[in-house]
Amino acid sequence: MAEKSKPLPDRRKFLAEAFRYAALGTLGVIGGAAFAKRYRMVQEGKCVESGLCKECSLFEKCYKPQVWQIDPYKCIACGNCATYCVLEESAVKCVQVYPVCGYCKICFGFFEPEPYDINEGAENQLCPTGAIKRTYIEDPYYEYTIDESLCIGCGKCVKGCNTFGNGSFFLQVRHDRCLNCNECAIAAACPSGAFVRVPADRPYLLKEVDHA
Amino acid sequence: MMDFRHINITIALVLILCGIGLAGTIRFPPPEFESGYELPDTTTPSPRQGIYEYIDTIVLLLALGLSSYLVLKKRSRKAIFALTVFSLIYFGFYREGCVCSIGAIQNIVLSFFDPGYAVPFVVLLFFLLPLVFTLFFGRTFCAAVCPLGAIQDVVLLRPVSVPGWIENGLRLLAYIYLGAAVLFAATGSAFIICRYDPFVSFFRLSGNINVLILGACFLIVGMFIGRPYCRFICPYGVILRQLSRISKWRVTITPDECIKCRLCEDSCPFGAIKKPVEQWPAKEHRRSKKRLALLMVLLPVLTFLGGWAGYGLRTTTAKMHATVRLAERVRLEETGKVEGTTDASDAFRALGTETAGLYDDASNIRARFGLGGWIFGGFVGLVIGMKLIGVSLWRKRTDYEADRASCLACGRCFEYCPREHLRRKGNSIVQNTSGMESGKTELNSGGGR
Repeated sequence: MAEKSKPLPDRRKFLAEAFRYAALGTLGVIGGAAFAKRYRMVQEGKCVESGLCKECSLFEKCYKPQVWQIDPYKCIACGNCATYCVLEESAVKCVQVYPVCGYCKICFGFFEPEPYDINEGAENQLCPTGAIKRTYIEDPYYEYTIDESLCIGCGKCVKGCNTFGNGSFFLQVRHDRCLNCNECAIAAACPSGAFVRVPADRPYLLKEVDHA
Repeated sequence: MMDFRHINITIALVLILCGIGLAGTIRFPPPEFESGYELPDTTTPSPRQGIYEYIDTIVLLLALGLSSYLVLKKRSRKAIFALTVFSLIYFGFYREGCVCSIGAIQNIVLSFFDPGYAVPFVVLLFFLLPLVFTLFFGRTFCAAVCPLGAIQDVVLLRPVSVPGWIENGLRLLAYIYLGAAVLFAATGSAFIICRYDPFVSFFRLSGNINVLILGACFLIVGMFIGRPYCRFICPYGVILRQLSRISKWRVTITPDECIKCRLCEDSCPFGAIKKPVEQWPAKEHRRSKKRLALLMVLLPVLTFLGGWAGYGLRTTTAKMHATVRLAERVRLEETGKVEGTTDASDAFRALGTETAGLYDDASNIRARFGLGGWIFGGFVGLVIGMKLIGVSLWRKRTDYEADRASCLACGRCFEYCPREHLRRKGNSIVQNTSGMESGKTELNSGGGR
């Protein structure tokens, strides 16, 4: 390092410089390795934990950040979503997938298990906040819509619908509310490990009609 | 009556279907409407656009650059403070504290140990950029970019000095915290830095009540003890300390030469100013040599003991992992030691998988915690040993200096240095009069502290 004309560098300075380059190299290796792993996984179509985006081949898309979702087929609607979210009002809400819904007259997501009567009276409803709207379409079909401003994500209707109906109600992280915490507080409390990270450009895991 | 018969039919159907029952099975075929009813779409509100994440990265880069310029070149505490407030508002209250460089440690670690996880590019940059800047400019990230540092910096009212031995002792917490965070992230158990981040609840204006109380405690303590989280807890700070030791440029109290006026002596609320020290008295020198030799011998012993303790704690630390907790619960239920079931054990049984597989998974994870415990405990032992050696070393110093590792580059000491005031006078003769007077009053008040 030291040229003949210059005096020898201070020993401590020289060591610091050597360590600095070593540290820079280490950071480079860490960054390179992390980047290479992401590149490889994207190439193999394994860029998310859930493995649900195999068909995605555009790797620049997958460098987008990840967001939280509930795998609806793992969720057991335990009710933790309503209480564990860092938000006062949970980011998880009930979602209705209309093509899956049977439009039942007697909906077990809507009615108490033993309703006094089959009408929209509050005493007959399962939802603690009355967030499900029941609308007559044609005999004998009724449409059920979630009013998300009222829904607290307790999952009572989801349990009812899954047990007795088609399971068109399910709980999902709503991205207009979710803060996308690095460690999701609900994910940490989820008893069935249903929380997964998905790429932000394909931000929803929805129930599908043809899922057997 | 018709309706209740319907219920009976439903229940009968359910009983039939339960045998082959899968969640999501269509029990009632969706109707074909005759009234021309169209199925509404399921609403899917979009997440924050990805482009904003890149804007965050650019803001981070600019803030780091600006902070380094303000600390090393401009040497203006006011400008540094303005940038601190900006960072608090942008990275803190606007971005709500996620993703941050401190928490990014865990994403990086997880991506190296979990084959199913790769760290997003933005998170990688949030981790690397402050480290690279620290390697060149010192801890300018801590000075004015980190929102956690910023919130503590703005509440600091009446700093009291912390005795050296407490400072050194408490600082070990940060190393232990870093080690634990790496252990739990590597085993895929938890992101404890995020879980116990004391200030993120303030940024979000909501959160877990215990963490909120913890944050309030930190802020109250932080009114008197400068930046307690940064100095004693911050795991990212541990890495920054080491890199700052070998940074290319550094924060200097004086712009040119130290005249040993002692005005800056008490100016640092973080105890990062080192006083000049003379040679050791010969008698003490001899005794310290012996002590140092003893500590050197003790170092491997401490490392081993730490590792051994970490290994011994593996069953306890492994409880942090959800699978281990589940396996223990299921075992208790199977052996009849507890009554009833939990949501987790119900969910596990609903899958219909063998318990043996679960127990195997759990014991594998415990084994990983055993190895991790050796490394984590060994690291803690090594750090304690090194710390003991570090405080036993005596280094001759002629000037008042900012300690390279501890200095948070906040720039408070600049204002106290008379050489700095001379420099400013030379630089800006135009605004001379007002600048000089305010400078003098500050000088006087500074000397009085």
